Amino acid sequence: MNTTTRIWPRLAAFAAAAIVIQLSLSAAGKVYYLTQLTMAVYYAIVVMGLSLLMGYAGQVSLGQGAFFAIGGYTSAFLTTHNMAGYRGAVWFDLLDKCGVIVSRKNLYDDTLVLTVAPWLAFIMAILLTVVIAAVIGYPSLRLRGHYLAMATLGFGLIIHCILIGSPALGAADGITGVPGLSVGGLAVSGKSAVRVQNYYIAWAVAIAVLVLLRNLVESRMGRALRAIHDSEAAASAMGVNTPKLKLEVFMVSAALAAMAGSLLTHYNEGIGPSESSAFKSVRYLALVAAGGMANLEGALVVSTLLVFLSLRGWFGTYDNAVFGIILIAIVALAPQGPFRQLGLWMNRYRSLYKPGKEARGGAS
Amino acid sequence: MALLEAENVRQCFGGLVALNGVSFAVSPGQIKAIIGPNGAGKTTLFNIVCGLIKPTDGVVRMNGEVITGLKPFQIAALGVSRTFQNVSLFPHMTVLENVLVGRHLHGRAGLISCALRLPTQRREEKAMIEQASRLLEEVGLAEKAQHSAGGLSLGQRRLVELARALATEPRLLLLDEPASGLNTKETDDLARTLRHVRDRGITLLMVEHDMSLVMDIADEILVLDFGVKIAEGPPAQVRSDPKVIAVYLGEKENVASG
Repeated sequence: MNTTTRIWPRLAAFAAAAIVIQLSLSAAGKVYYLTQLTMAVYYAIVVMGLSLLMGYAGQVSLGQGAFFAIGGYTSAFLTTHNMAGYRGAVWFDLLDKCGVIVSRKNLYDDTLVLTVAPWLAFIMAILLTVVIAAVIGYPSLRLRGHYLAMATLGFGLIIHCILIGSPALGAADGITGVPGLSVGGLAVSGKSAVRVQNYYIAWAVAIAVLVLLRNLVESRMGRALRAIHDSEAAASAMGVNTPKLKLEVFMVSAALAAMAGSLLTHYNEGIGPSESSAFKSVRYLALVAAGGMANLEGALVVSTLLVFLSLRGWFGTYDNAVFGIILIAIVALAPQGPFRQLGLWMNRYRSLYKPGKEARGGAS
Repeated sequence: MALLEAENVRQCFGGLVALNGVSFAVSPGQIKAIIGPNGAGKTTLFNIVCGLIKPTDGVVRMNGEVITGLKPFQIAALGVSRTFQNVSLFPHMTVLENVLVGRHLHGRAGLISCALRLPTQRREEKAMIEQASRLLEEVGLAEKAQHSAGGLSLGQRRLVELARALATEPRLLLLDEPASGLNTKETDDLARTLRHVRDRGITLLMVEHDMSLVMDIADEILVLDFGVKIAEGPPAQVRSDPKVIAVYLGEKENVASG
């Protein structure tokens, strides 16, 4: 409908902005900024997924950090765990014949390292996360209310403890030495030679996610989601299978978090347990609110900007506090999101200068 | 055979007995009204029929099939749609989108084909929008299609809710106090619309306090008082039933003013 046709100019604007930023940073000799921007764009994918779940469907998840970490750790583990010892086993040879095992030399002692191919690890990361999300979501989404928030909060804490406490996953250090993910000549990798290329890969993935989610929210299923948010009873009475749809969307948001987690792990060549902390999950929630809740473009822009600033160290040691304050400020001052609130304030300001008209922010 | 059949429906909320063994049937093609003083259990009965509440005891059948224990969306798929006493539109969606949610049952596109905008999904979406627009024209709100549903007047919201319920192509339509908050002219329009809906072959079951509207359009009336059925029959019979007059209609003056 109207809104879908309007997306193309916005996409063009995003693409243009991405190009202008890259060109001006290159011209200014500050290409290294692109690294943090690339990371920020990947984090924005998590936020867009949560915006779909929270902003559109009205279901709060505090487990996005955990899903991100499960995705990242799955990728990291599968692409670093040396399976050379399994050579000769039937299942290993079968995998090898299928071409999903890659070999490389250990950097230090020149021994042979055999691991799962990164592209397969990426797919496994998403699939595993989706299955886990289904297990967490199934019982809690059959109920109305904030059961999902509670369940995902508990789940996130458990995952965090497991990651910190598992020597096989590097315990508090996490996993390092993760190879890049290359598909058809493009490599998701932190090597400085492919920095610019990776910046555009991240944007391409993020914009593709944006387009798919926009299509979704403007469709039959998207309307059903928004209906659930406004009145679950009415949505159900109109024939919307509310438990199923809520679960599906929860799985989609988990899949997006896992995808971003996996890509970022390949990009950063590693992942640590802090990704799964409750602070990270609250941060994603704050970013959805700051982007305007049911606003995918807002989520993309605001989280890219704020996460970039955070990664550049602008918020110093107050990093987590800043995102907490943003969340509180949005809820208290601009519950409809900063953009809409700004519009309301501007209308009110303008109407002050129109005689005979009362200053009315909320009427529309 | 009756389209909807309730047998000995009993509903307790803690110690309160909201419905105590109510049985009734709705024949296809009729307009049936449920009346009774506040707290008689009318809305509870509606919520049971559409699946929002599972009754403590008793059975409800739709077209011979037991529907007690089914979820609302499953009952909706069997052809039962409803409006709500306090108008339950989706306020953050446009008027057209509200009606489109009513078409949800008749769509097939899933999350993936919606996200990818596959050709089948686009065709389906186009057809849905046409059908929803036609319904909005029928209730006279075509020009409000792109307005936010939250910004309409109560009368308009009721009409959108009716269009949304009709969009599901129900066989049985439950209307919970459709005339409450409407002025005389709007009530007259409503009566005409409801007859029109009935003439299309949709059976209507409504809870209503507006006696003149009920007497005017109902083929049959069911009277509840404190969760018990005290009378059932055509308007003329119910009107002259001494029990009804005693517990519900009260003195003559109230009838005239109600």
